[in-house]
Amino acid sequence: MTLSLAVFAAFVASTLGITYWAARRSRGPSAYFAAGRRITAWQNGFAVAGDFMSAASFLGVVGLIALQGFDGFLYSVGGFVAYVTILLLIAEPLRNTGKYTIGDVLTYRLRPRPVRALTALTTLTTAIFYMIAQMVGAGALVGLLLGGSGVSYNTAVIGVGILMMIYVVFGGMLATTWVQIIKAMLLSACAVALTLLVLRHFHFHLLEFFAAASQVVYHRNGQPVVHDFLQSGLRYKPPHGPLDLISLGMIFVFGTAGLPHILVKFYTVPDAKTARNSVVWAMVLIGSFYIMTSVLGLGAAVIVGPDYVVTHGGTNMSGILLAQALGGEVFLAVVSAVAFATILAVVAGLTISASTSFAHDFWINVVHRGREIHSGETVLVARTAALAVGVVSILLAIALGPASNAGILATFGMAVAASANFPVLVLSIFWRRFNTAGAIAGLSAGLLSAIGLIAAGPNFMGIDPPNAVGAVHHLIQANPWFPLENVGILSVPLGFLAAIVGTLLSKEPTAEARFNELMVRANIGLDAEKAH
Amino acid sequence: MSGTKGTRRGQAEWDRIATSAQFQDLLALKKVFIIPAFIFFLAYYFLLPVLLGYAPRLMATRVVGTVTLAYLFALSQFVMGWLIAWLYLKASAKFDALAQDILDKVNARQGGR
Repeated sequence: MTLSLAVFAAFVASTLGITYWAARRSRGPSAYFAAGRRITAWQNGFAVAGDFMSAASFLGVVGLIALQGFDGFLYSVGGFVAYVTILLLIAEPLRNTGKYTIGDVLTYRLRPRPVRALTALTTLTTAIFYMIAQMVGAGALVGLLLGGSGVSYNTAVIGVGILMMIYVVFGGMLATTWVQIIKAMLLSACAVALTLLVLRHFHFHLLEFFAAASQVVYHRNGQPVVHDFLQSGLRYKPPHGPLDLISLGMIFVFGTAGLPHILVKFYTVPDAKTARNSVVWAMVLIGSFYIMTSVLGLGAAVIVGPDYVVTHGGTNMSGILLAQALGGEVFLAVVSAVAFATILAVVAGLTISASTSFAHDFWINVVHRGREIHSGETVLVARTAALAVGVVSILLAIALGPASNAGILATFGMAVAASANFPVLVLSIFWRRFNTAGAIAGLSAGLLSAIGLIAAGPNFMGIDPPNAVGAVHHLIQANPWFPLENVGILSVPLGFLAAIVGTLLSKEPTAEARFNELMVRANIGLDAEKAH
Repeated sequence: MSGTKGTRRGQAEWDRIATSAQFQDLLALKKVFIIPAFIFFLAYYFLLPVLLGYAPRLMATRVVGTVTLAYLFALSQFVMGWLIAWLYLKASAKFDALAQDILDKVNARQGGR
């Protein structure tokens, strides 16, 4: 316990040092929001990977694999392949045409006020879903580690929240990026060490490991059951399982390419070529990490066992419990501290993307119609917004319990990004005819259908058995109206359809005329934002 | 709004660059790589959930020891992603050269600013 605090304290001390350094260098909005656009390819690759390898993956996905085997691994596969979409379609045009937010790209040729107001809304919604996922992970971690140590859950959450506010308010994007880089390195190192320990447990015989994973024993309703964790079907069962799986794939492949806190990272590099190279760096890191999640998850299933996981902190704690089983208290302390650092860093990344969008899209461009009334206003508003986001997320975290899986919560944010942000982003970059009405229709329909279907789906609606122990409690006690837990298969086409129909029902000659400018900028980077 | 230093380019100049033969060549070259690569990626990736859902017995086949076809197919997605990334990096050297050439010509027209 004390060691865990010591490792965590070392992380905090070094990141606060970085924040101090970043705050001294930070002058003007480009420095604050985009780290002066001087982040290099490998640095940004680590930062993007750090943003993506959140509590949702390290705690959530490992937990899904530990309890439900192969089906959980599909979260890892989806999370990785999503970067092909970003690489081929999004990263370079985004870097070449935007300044700080997704809204910048859209408003090149669309009417700025309604479009920016809506993108600020979808950005904040996505960030909040993601934030809840991180906080649930933090809650579970604190519950396991600090139970009975005198440090209460609330104290820990307030501490995390205050640290995150310091990074973002004082250090801006530069500090946030470096916090992510350090954390991505620590997390990758932990995953490698833990993977090696799992393989050593099986004498480095891969087939021995997989043989054990094919007969995982656990208890259901007091009866022992044996399952092959290398086979699909433990989470996604007929009749709706197949559609749910395809739907999950759609959320990943299109949603990641619409996640504001990932996309803003491409504004921190000097040019489109660096943006491209940084995606490839991120793909190498994320891919290796996610392949390891399958070893960690299956390892936890075999070595720790689903029964033990469920009774000792629940699904999100599988990786942590595995570290304890294989490496003892010392390793447990290190891994938990790194998991805390992960949550802290991702929460900071989410906060800066949300507060940037609020300040740049909503305050300056919607309320003040594109002009700073007082000099330095954008940064001031963003800092204030970051403080507000910090306070709100502390309160949310205290109000929430470690009830659901952090990996699944994060997919809700991704569903919004896939259904609202992605269609309008792609159509705006690639379709000459696209216009403001289409963007408004697409953003609204995507946002509303994603949230509506999630609320009407089995994650929120369901009838709990009268004496369920430790199970997830459903918010609405009724049969779900929508049968799938992943809504992408319906909400993504709805977002696209609304954007296309909205476009075709209206005419906006200026939007079409300015497509040439967007196309030239996107493809050759003429007049793109320079490094400062 | 565009936040760039120097002169704001007029619509005519954007149109001229966009319709120039060299820029059209660049777009065509990019399309030849990006469209097939993206379609292949979508097909290969969505084959995984489709087969898992609709051919569960096939995917449950044990290939080596207890390792299932499902797991190997899932792992192959990582290889596929890295392969596309590598091919794209190789192809993009040509895109960058052509884009730089167009940029140089635009800058030369402005009197070598």
